[in-house]
Amino acid sequence: MYKILKKRVLNETICLMDVEAPRCAAHCQPGQFVIVRTDEGAERIPLTVCDYDRDAGVVTIVFQVVGAGTLRMMNMEEGEYFHDFVGPLGQPSELTLETAEALKSKKILFVAGGLGTAPVYPQVKYLHELGVDADVIVGAKTKDILIMEDEMKAVAGNLYITTDDGSYGRSGMVTKVIEDLYAEGKKYDLCVAIGPMIMMKFVCKLTKTLDLPTIVSMNPIMVDGTGMCGACRLIVGDEVKFACVDGPEFDGFLVDFDQAMKRQNLYKTEEGRKYLLEQEKETHHGGCGQCN
Amino acid sequence: MTTDVNVRVPVREQDAAKRAHNFEEVCYGYNEEEAVCESTRCLNCQNAQCVKGCPVAIDIPAFIAQVKAQNFEQAYQIISKSSSLPAVCGRVCPQETQCEGKCIRGFKGDPVSIGKLERFVADWARDHGIKPEGASSKNGKKVAVIGSGPAGLTCAGDLARLGYEVTIFEALHEPGGVLVYGIPEFRLPKEDVVLKEIENVKSLGVKIETNVVIGKTVSIDELMQDEGFDAVFIGSGAGLPKFMNIPGEQAGGVFSANEYLTRSNLMKAFKEDADTPIYRGKKVAVVGGGNVAMDAARTALRLGAEVHIVYRRSEEELPARVEEVHHAKQEGIIFDLLTNPVEILADESGWVSGMKCIRMELGEPDESGRRRPVEVPGSEFVMDVDAVIMSLGTSPNPLISSTTEGLDVNKWKCIIADEENGATTKEGVYAGGDAVTGAATVILAMGAGKAAARGIDEYLSNK
Repeated sequence: MYKILKKRVLNETICLMDVEAPRCAAHCQPGQFVIVRTDEGAERIPLTVCDYDRDAGVVTIVFQVVGAGTLRMMNMEEGEYFHDFVGPLGQPSELTLETAEALKSKKILFVAGGLGTAPVYPQVKYLHELGVDADVIVGAKTKDILIMEDEMKAVAGNLYITTDDGSYGRSGMVTKVIEDLYAEGKKYDLCVAIGPMIMMKFVCKLTKTLDLPTIVSMNPIMVDGTGMCGACRLIVGDEVKFACVDGPEFDGFLVDFDQAMKRQNLYKTEEGRKYLLEQEKETHHGGCGQCN
Repeated sequence: MTTDVNVRVPVREQDAAKRAHNFEEVCYGYNEEEAVCESTRCLNCQNAQCVKGCPVAIDIPAFIAQVKAQNFEQAYQIISKSSSLPAVCGRVCPQETQCEGKCIRGFKGDPVSIGKLERFVADWARDHGIKPEGASSKNGKKVAVIGSGPAGLTCAGDLARLGYEVTIFEALHEPGGVLVYGIPEFRLPKEDVVLKEIENVKSLGVKIETNVVIGKTVSIDELMQDEGFDAVFIGSGAGLPKFMNIPGEQAGGVFSANEYLTRSNLMKAFKEDADTPIYRGKKVAVVGGGNVAMDAARTALRLGAEVHIVYRRSEEELPARVEEVHHAKQEGIIFDLLTNPVEILADESGWVSGMKCIRMELGEPDESGRRRPVEVPGSEFVMDVDAVIMSLGTSPNPLISSTTEGLDVNKWKCIIADEENGATTKEGVYAGGDAVTGAATVILAMGAGKAAARGIDEYLSNK
């Protein structure tokens, strides 16, 4: 059993939790993920690592309510226990394999969209601790759902916030900010983009024209998360890769986003139905687009 | 009861038409009267061939003699000296090619129903609260076992009986490995059989730590250097599912058998109230002809689908056990043999709408000794299906081999281990089961776990 030490609701659907998981905390690296189960019989929920404290044996996760399982997580409180918490899983960010000198010689740009801010944070923090200041773009639909601004500010070089509706920071999509920065004369050697697949797709489309190598983090449907089931397979280059053991980070120019989005959407409906049923019980009478 | 010594006592089964719609166990097993009657058919051979056919060398004539004398508890203790999982083996071992395949009775008639007798004894012991006998004292040495499937449980059980302090590390949230995620409920009940067998192993003093992925959560070197384990056994299982690499395989509704079975068995998706969803197809194609393909097909059938096994060779080459094929047919699974998929078709939303196949015929024997299937030109046709389950075997998971210095793998990326004692190329590290051989059977993994337990005991006794 894994104790919830801290819970912080970041916005209506996104929540941060510190979880006591010493074995995982001792080994996790930026870019990796964990799998959580709230209780006996619950589904296995993959979540990227947001932060970790090796000495205290604590791993920080940030999640968004998207289904029955994450709704149950949201309803759990400090002092309660997750039934299962396993990790770290997947490959660490490639940045962790490079020397501090090599990293210092690079200009790195992070692009975070929505919940993607959480997995971007440990990477920026990791670089910051090595004395490397990376620029960070954080995008959100609107001001109210922006998360982790203060935390990011503390570790980023320049932090550029943008909202789709212009309610805070710059106005427009993250891709517009990248274009603006380049127009302002900025230039980068590497981009790491993490967010909704549609965002990562368009960031890659743009960075390709800018000759800016781009790493993305994929979060397809997973069941076991250890390389057993193959549910998380996606096409990278000409190869079938498993996000859970080969990823979750891949060369964004090689990922077939259209295919991956199609796969994700197909499964969303099953999960979505469960979520609606749990929230609205028998009062739900269709019309949501999630049910038949 | 039967009087003809050449005919085995038949075993009662759930009616095929009924069981095609539920997940309850297919085979009911023998009751006391049936078991004792069948046991009288054993000739109690001096030089028992059946024991030689058993990968864990159970003293079969001795336990059957105790059944005959109605000393079921003694029968159980004889079996459990050699096997940690008799209730499992009695259900899923391919006895026809092992113990029963060597039985002298088999020359003239039916071999003794050794598997069903083993199952009876194990179930009787469970119902009467009989536990296996453990070690009288501990020897103070610690062994880590990676994976709680058949190889790991066997190795752990044997070492605990020899007085070792054993901890099993399991990557998933529940122990049991393939017994839990792979083999379906209707063939191997989880609560009544698997869980009870695991409890028996625990009663020998074995500790099980779940949610630990060796190679990620902690490495083998750390277990040995920091956590004081004197030896390690790797029984981490088979690994990553294979796909055909044909167009359309990324479509929604295409699953690996591992995914489909894991959803149903481990995550209990076959129950209406489970959190984890499973797609209940209308017409499902299962590609492959092994035991896993049969399990996936019979699961899909029970979830309400019309199910087709699509296999590129003929019935004779089906790698699945004869009993599994027989059960599948009884239940209404359709076998499309000498048929091979070439493309999966999807509708506008990206979901499977059909599978393009080609007819095959058998040519000259290939390196496996089986006649090679060759395509019949111009014979393509489209099967109308809404889900496809790929059951083509697995390739090894690199999690452990890639994170353990000095642990060598062969050209198929399987861990290299000595067949006699399980020793790998790294001192103090042993391995067995599917991680070494590639996907095989429960009992072969148990045999390897047993051999490695002997190897570890020899190594640590001389250290």
